[in-house]
Amino acid sequence: MSRRTKKVMIYLTAVFAGFLLLAPFGWMVLASFQTQAELVARPLPWVPGKFYPDRYIDIFTSAAGKDFRAAMRNSLVIASSVVLVSLFVGTLGGYAFARLRFKFRRAILMTFLFTYMLPQVALLVPLYMILYNIGLLDSVMGLILVDCSLVVPFVLWTLSNYFITVPLEIEESAWIDGASRLKALWHVVLPSARPGIFAAAMFAFLLAWDEFMYALIFSNSNASKTVPVAISEFAGRYITDFGKVAAGGVLAALPPVILAAIFQRYVTSGLVAGAVKA
Amino acid sequence: MLLPAAIVVFGVIVYPIVRTGVTSVENVTSVMEPNAEFVGLSNYAKVGKNPAFWSSMNRTLYFTVVSTAIELVLGLALAGLLNARIRGRWLLRTIVVIPWAVPTVVSGALWKGIFNPQFGSLNAILTQLGLISEDKIWLGSPLLAMNMVIVADVWKTVPVVAFMLLAGLTSIPQETYEAARIDGAGAIRTLRSITLPLLVPSISIVMIYRIIEAFKVFDVIYIMTGGGPADGTKTIALYTYYTAIRDQRYGVGSALAYMIVTAIAILSALYLRALRRSEMSLL
Amino acid sequence: MRIHTKKGVALIAALATMALVGSAGLSACSKSDGGGDGGKTELNALFMKQAGYSEEQINSMIEAFEADNPDIKINAQYVAFEALHDKIVTAAPAGTLDIVLIDVIWPAEFATKGIVLDVTDRYPDSWAEDMLGGAYHTAEFEGKMWGVPWGPSTKYFYYNQEMVEAVGATAADLDTWDGVLAVAQKIKDAGLVQYPLAWSLKQEEASVCDYGQILGSFGGQFTDADGNLAVNQGAGIQAVEWLKATIDDGLSNPGSLVFLEDDVHKTMAQGEAAFALNWEDSFDGLQDAESSNVVGKIGLLPTPKGPGGDRPGINGAMALSIGTGSKHVEEAWKFIEYVTGPGEQNKYPTGWLPNWKASYTDEAITSLAPELFAAAPEALATLILRPTVVNYQAASDALQAQLQAALSGAKPIQEAMDAAVAAAAAE
Repeated sequence: MSRRTKKVMIYLTAVFAGFLLLAPFGWMVLASFQTQAELVARPLPWVPGKFYPDRYIDIFTSAAGKDFRAAMRNSLVIASSVVLVSLFVGTLGGYAFARLRFKFRRAILMTFLFTYMLPQVALLVPLYMILYNIGLLDSVMGLILVDCSLVVPFVLWTLSNYFITVPLEIEESAWIDGASRLKALWHVVLPSARPGIFAAAMFAFLLAWDEFMYALIFSNSNASKTVPVAISEFAGRYITDFGKVAAGGVLAALPPVILAAIFQRYVTSGLVAGAVKA
Repeated sequence: MLLPAAIVVFGVIVYPIVRTGVTSVENVTSVMEPNAEFVGLSNYAKVGKNPAFWSSMNRTLYFTVVSTAIELVLGLALAGLLNARIRGRWLLRTIVVIPWAVPTVVSGALWKGIFNPQFGSLNAILTQLGLISEDKIWLGSPLLAMNMVIVADVWKTVPVVAFMLLAGLTSIPQETYEAARIDGAGAIRTLRSITLPLLVPSISIVMIYRIIEAFKVFDVIYIMTGGGPADGTKTIALYTYYTAIRDQRYGVGSALAYMIVTAIAILSALYLRALRRSEMSLL
Repeated sequence: MRIHTKKGVALIAALATMALVGSAGLSACSKSDGGGDGGKTELNALFMKQAGYSEEQINSMIEAFEADNPDIKINAQYVAFEALHDKIVTAAPAGTLDIVLIDVIWPAEFATKGIVLDVTDRYPDSWAEDMLGGAYHTAEFEGKMWGVPWGPSTKYFYYNQEMVEAVGATAADLDTWDGVLAVAQKIKDAGLVQYPLAWSLKQEEASVCDYGQILGSFGGQFTDADGNLAVNQGAGIQAVEWLKATIDDGLSNPGSLVFLEDDVHKTMAQGEAAFALNWEDSFDGLQDAESSNVVGKIGLLPTPKGPGGDRPGINGAMALSIGTGSKHVEEAWKFIEYVTGPGEQNKYPTGWLPNWKASYTDEAITSLAPELFAAAPEALATLILRPTVVNYQAASDALQAQLQAALSGAKPIQEAMDAAVAAAAAE
């Protein structure tokens, strides 16, 4: 195979893969701009007959859109807080697992991993009672708390695996220069592990943004209802306005998409830095 | 250094875990009476004797094996594509992020819409291209519905898998490949003897992550099929949810939850043991 | 290198700002919510979205109530029907809900498990007389009342008048299921629509409702004299055979196996079905030109008769109950009495019909929904009840799954229904 055909093949595959991945979402975007009548018309009109932005206008301006706006705000606060908390504790913990030798290291790591295996449904009712007793039911704080318990083991696990791949030598040279472990972690290890950290941050954000079962049961009102819960309510037993689900879905996907688009550039730049060092 | 993580995680879940453990050996049938008669391991026995449990276990295994296998293969291919030096790579990477960023609840509703027999876009495409003459009921028969749920899951998850593997790929120094090329190694040999071995840590993370997630799968099925048709997509997490929350059989439900964890732990342990040889592996 | 670190720090800072600003804004909000109302009693009420009374209708009722009772404030929450049961159950230990909307199939479970309060003693004697029978027994279990019905509800028979007339038939031909199938065949033969009938048979409670209505028309009941599920004999089997035959003959939309009420509604609205069973609130939606192609073409009848002349509708009523942990039982009762009373109910018959017999003869009220009121007396005269058993959810889950197995041909009918009965008995 010549270099040229190979290139063409790669581009074709890329376009095809991109299309497959984008098509369902693209249809959702189209659907969100179609009227209800067009959505259920047969044969399905692929191109909207007219531009129908009313659902978005509704969500942003009308009183009925208030619930969704509140859900967006709640989800943003929850997901950002979870990222911050889990990155902080996850970096420290992940570093400890990767670099320090201590008793029961493996057992402790396994215990963290074990908590990640727990199906949420097993913890629902006891957790509900805890949140009730500390007055955090139906509150953003409460959901941050339970989401962190979900996300931290994952971040910890991901980060410790990354820290292991960071060469010990670069850290040691920092120690020789008189830096403390924490200082070396911040100035030397973290920059080298940037791809891992950003990946972990993306994961943490998406996991928290995506979390459904806890939010469904622990939230009751606009004080803490999250986007997935708000959307699940669009699609109930009696009325499924697919256009509304679509518009909500597009908006719900925006923050993580934007964040992820920014972060993936950093993953790339992290790659360049890593290559230079090696 | 571990203390903050330990507080955040165990502070929240220790009590629920213990509580669930206690409940699993009691005959609890109401949320209002958390303390009931001690029944030993009979809840576990009840679960074990119930054919519905075993069939949902089988469905879960099917879902886990099929979806994880597809996601790993496609994810690896996609990661390679994302790593290729092509123009517009940032665009491709951004596109790939999208399915991942769509919340599961949304993607469930989206795919339910696509598979809708009456107004869905899949039937619309297929009929308008003349590929089928009659609407197909994608979520209407058990095995087909399960496969369609897997399609939805794969769409959302392949990007995650690809990015996790990409992160591993980017840590393989370019020089290694150049050396291989100088030695005259072909594409497949390079893949087998350089890329895959060096990717072992990433693949192991991905596998464990996917096995755990797939075994616990709930949201996408809850939204798409609710466990139907004819229980065809009722995986173990849904079965547990129905038993514990909907039927209020908390004792049996808690036993179920512990059995799921045991199953996942066994699967992961077997897998980790197979991986232990690799020096790169953490454990 | 250094630049990248700075950017990373900037990103983290941005995230932190987002979290802080957001939570500051939120806590400010919640403070203003919680403060200001000094001295008012706040009640938390759980309703469902999008069926029966709409959110707007319920909010209007609450406004009216609060205007008459300035010392009480109602915090209304609306959840999807699917989440309603589980939400009530998980909230019960903490007692956070004062008023909950419950389905007719839950009183047995909620009563025995102590989730809602017995309100029998609060029922005025006159209610037994003034309330429609179909509504009155909604929240009853073992002779006690566990809530107050919020309107009688059943599935009506919707038909597309235009299609029926096009094949030379009239509403009189639709009095029996035999008649319906005959007209359906003509409509199919005439090519007016591919599948004349649509059902909501997805593996959800909806399928039990449609099945129940057919079961009743064959003169059957869900349970035997001992209260055990007994759908594996006689009418129980005939009903499944009948439903399956309509699918096999191409008269029923095969998609019915994945349809819920809303899909049936949309199919009807698109003119893709001639006949369907659906709840009362579907009628209003079919008259909405924005989402319906059949405005003014839809007729409404009581469910058709079976071979024995039976025509019970499924009892689909709901009721308002008081949560066991409520600290404001008196106020909660006051609210329930208010919104279930004729004063409020008579204003919104397009959501649910009123509980009260007198409303059905009052021209001023019936003119608000003439078609519904015309069909209601006969439709509500006899109702078929889903089993009032404590483990209803488990029995229903088993029945739904096996119904699907039978209707999709995955299992022989008898075998499937035997399995449903066995599973329900084992729970």
